[in-house]
Amino acid sequence: MNAASLLLDGLPLPFSPGQTIMEAATVAGIFIPHLCHHPEFKPQGSCKLCTVKANGRYVSACTMPAKDGMEVENNSPDLNDKRRTLLQMLFVEGNHFCPSCEKSGNCLLQALAYELEMLTPHFTQFYPDRPVDASHPDVLLDFNRCVLCELCVRASRDVDRKNVFALSGRGIGKHLIVNAESGRLADTGFSLSDKAAHVCPVGVILEKRQGFKEPIGCRRYDLQPIGMQVGQRPGSEEGC
Amino acid sequence: MNPAIEQRKLRLATTSLAGCFGCHMSLLDIDERLFDLLDRIELDRSPLTDIKHCGPCDIGLIEGAVCNAENVHVLREFRQQCKVLIAIGACAVNGGLPAQRNHLDLGQCLQEVYLTGPGIVCGQIPNDPELPLPLNQVHPVHEIVRIDYFIPGCPPSGDAIWKFLSDLLDGRTPRLGHPLLHFD
Repeated sequence: MNAASLLLDGLPLPFSPGQTIMEAATVAGIFIPHLCHHPEFKPQGSCKLCTVKANGRYVSACTMPAKDGMEVENNSPDLNDKRRTLLQMLFVEGNHFCPSCEKSGNCLLQALAYELEMLTPHFTQFYPDRPVDASHPDVLLDFNRCVLCELCVRASRDVDRKNVFALSGRGIGKHLIVNAESGRLADTGFSLSDKAAHVCPVGVILEKRQGFKEPIGCRRYDLQPIGMQVGQRPGSEEGC
Repeated sequence: MNPAIEQRKLRLATTSLAGCFGCHMSLLDIDERLFDLLDRIELDRSPLTDIKHCGPCDIGLIEGAVCNAENVHVLREFRQQCKVLIAIGACAVNGGLPAQRNHLDLGQCLQEVYLTGPGIVCGQIPNDPELPLPLNQVHPVHEIVRIDYFIPGCPPSGDAIWKFLSDLLDGRTPRLGHPLLHFD
């Protein structure tokens, strides 16, 4: 019996039953841009960066189960234009001032912007006022960079069993909150050993006293563009 | 160069609005390629020539964000005079460092810096009519005028600037791949 396979950008891509398009592509070393997806967590398909066209319809590759014979378009100018527009909207909604960010060079949002050749935020900047939370002894929260991927929410709820984070509000008012009466991270049971302390793809949840440890040129995405690092997670490779 | 095929030199203007001149330093960082560049361009208004107003130009390079009324005038003059306008560096592209004041109240900023800050005696907020008025918020240049190209980076490296300009001068679509495209 032949293994099931789909066509990804015209090339056959085998997959195992139950795999999503994203999982099948990752196993094969093919890059599909993504922000809220993380292989250790249940996909939620909220960032829409991994949008592909499956049999002519736009779907999230991280949630869509692979089907035998399915025709999937991924790396096309049309889809990459749409993904770049999504990135531009994320950039103007927050305060993403890369030169001052400790995550720069290791940031998924920034790496995607490089990969998709986003040269300008294009839209009008929001410049929102989002004070940081430096109350915790080991961890700084900089809400300016939050992209609402909910990885910290999922990690704290599903792995750490602490429910430290949540999203509150709707639409453009949606924002990350901390589950304490004071709203401060120091007043929760959050600790540096939590999974949630290490899943932020951008520079919101930062370990204190570690900033700018890696010199420019040796950071994760200085070495190789993200499209060449399929299947690797942070910490799985050596710097220079 | 054979005079028969010698082409008119392109005119290039550059300026720094609310910037640190780091992008101009990076332009100088193309080192000996400056000779190649100067074979093909001549400078109009620029900190390198000290010409005060921009004449008709082929290319304009804008460093820095827009933080005061004078920046707006200069930027509009560049847009009017330059066929191709390029935003260079983080400040021009997204506001950068100057825009970090955007969540603060401008009046309170001026008060603290000139009146109530530590060590200030008999302070006064500068109010000379020659001083350009600060804008309430700092803006990236594309929010004021149409921009044709963007070179991000803080600053973009000399190699990135050279790649971009040589692509443009040679008639190619300018493109910055890995590792020349960076935001920091």
